[in-house]
Amino acid sequence: MLSIKVDAAAVPPAVLAGMPRLRWGWAGAGLLALAASCGVGVLVGPVHIGVGTVVQTLVGGAVDPGQANILWSLRFPRVVLGVLVGGTLAIAGAAYQGVFRNPLADPYLLGAAAGANLGATLAIALAPGTSVLGVNVVPLAAFVGAGAAVSGAYALGRSVTGLRSATGLILAGVAIAAFFNSIQSYVQQTQTSSIRQVYSWILGRLVTAGWDDVLLILPYVLLSVVAIYLHRRLLDALTLGEDEVTSLGIPVRRVRLIVVVAATLGTAAVVAVGGTIAFVGIIVPHTIRLLVGRSYRVVIPLSVLFGAAFLVLADAAARTVVAPAELPIGVITAFLGAPFFIAVMRSTRAAAL
Amino acid sequence: MSDIVLAGVSVAYDGEPVVRDLDLTVASGEWLALIGPNGAGKTTILRAIARLVSFRGEIRIGGRAVTELSSRDVARKVAVLVQEPQMPAGMTVAQYVLLGRAPHLGYLGKESSRDRRIVRDVVRRLALEELASRPLDRLSGGERQRAAIARALAQQAPVLLIDEPTSSLDVGRQQSVLELIDQLRKEQELTVIAAMHELTLAGQYADRLALLVGGRLAAIGSAAEVLTEPAIAEHYRAQVKVIQMNGSGTAVVPVRN
Repeated sequence: MLSIKVDAAAVPPAVLAGMPRLRWGWAGAGLLALAASCGVGVLVGPVHIGVGTVVQTLVGGAVDPGQANILWSLRFPRVVLGVLVGGTLAIAGAAYQGVFRNPLADPYLLGAAAGANLGATLAIALAPGTSVLGVNVVPLAAFVGAGAAVSGAYALGRSVTGLRSATGLILAGVAIAAFFNSIQSYVQQTQTSSIRQVYSWILGRLVTAGWDDVLLILPYVLLSVVAIYLHRRLLDALTLGEDEVTSLGIPVRRVRLIVVVAATLGTAAVVAVGGTIAFVGIIVPHTIRLLVGRSYRVVIPLSVLFGAAFLVLADAAARTVVAPAELPIGVITAFLGAPFFIAVMRSTRAAAL
Repeated sequence: MSDIVLAGVSVAYDGEPVVRDLDLTVASGEWLALIGPNGAGKTTILRAIARLVSFRGEIRIGGRAVTELSSRDVARKVAVLVQEPQMPAGMTVAQYVLLGRAPHLGYLGKESSRDRRIVRDVVRRLALEELASRPLDRLSGGERQRAAIARALAQQAPVLLIDEPTSSLDVGRQQSVLELIDQLRKEQELTVIAAMHELTLAGQYADRLALLVGGRLAAIGSAAEVLTEPAIAEHYRAQVKVIQMNGSGTAVVPVRN
């Protein structure tokens, strides 16, 4: 008779209840939500295109060339861009909240959007139609502006209150944003010929999204998401007090710097093609915290999935509620996000993260 | 070995000296209590040993200068229990204790099953099993203190620095926390340095007491040697009666004339 000896030491210990981990069920739910929202995003539009046609197009089957063209050049890139923008904004929001220990931190709070808007406005007003190496100068200018705003906020917060104070950094971001906004408004008012174009930029649009936009931001988005994802455990540690984290041998400053740079890089990239789409970084991570848990091991990966799904759906809504016209997507996210922001503000203590 | 030597240690915050030219030696496995009036530099000394603040002079742990160690190496040698540990809302006890394994992981490293086993053992040792999946914000004061001790223990460092282990606890919980620390010290052969307010308790639990005044060492020795009426009157400006209780320590009792 065969007997099997079990080495007690080799048996993995029963997982203690309460250990943080991402459950497959939630990861599956996130993937499902993402797939479903992409389905909706591809199917919704002024021209009716059936599910069968979409599948045929994807697998390279014979379809009406007009419909195939609509799918390949309009809807697919738009959905893909929605995924990139939504996933990045949500993960960047969660990352900023972790680093600054402030539940209200958002890619927009640090001045990223104000910086991007100023950059874009300057480009539209002063150098319309210019391109550098074949790339429209507007997104590039927005990218530079966002980076400048966030590094400005970081430098200011650091010099005034030191890195020990999270609120100092956020106040610095708000100040920088106000300053950038004032310059932006001035430029906008003095250049009335381009005001409409500036508005459509600021309110956010995925209307003109194409594969070149996807390719433009993909490297930054990937870099940003991967870097933040790798730091998810350290973000959990940052929720302790300053001395406590440091006494665990964790290089607090380095973690903060890397995560902030990564989140800003991602934000700047998506603002550059998506315009101002606010509150995604607040709505998505907080909903996950409420429903699933507060560990960044859970919040970070799920933010990417649900953020992407949320934005693709919001974009589908933006295309349908006033059809045949389109609402800027920022209108939808702000309409949902502002009340949510107030609810978070009322219910969370700022120190709770 | 985890003996600690401070030689000529000075610490200043923004140019203001807080600890001045301090020499101190703590034997491996010893419990040293840092006592002294508010602002005497007790917390700062703990922070210097854990290298949380920069200092002049030299601090050696087990013969090695802490300034020559990486911060992770320091964290493997020294666990710190701050006076008011920040307990993030929503974080479970198990997750909190697991953070204690951080010094043993790479920068972006993941906890192994060994790390999780250590956490499980620590949680079991401190009788926190029932509370393992409870959020920290739903613990009582005593339970929170136990969770904080568990996190420090999970670090498996031979030196434990504690800042006011009993503040905000009632007298029963003060005793049980100190008993627990003393048991753990003996089991795990820990070197303990604790800043302590309660002089009687400090005398009962620590092997030696170091009385600090204005960042300088005013006296060091056993409870009977350090806790004297003139010394306490001079340094704390307190009216006290010191009573030697046969075999159960030195009681410092405030008196009112």
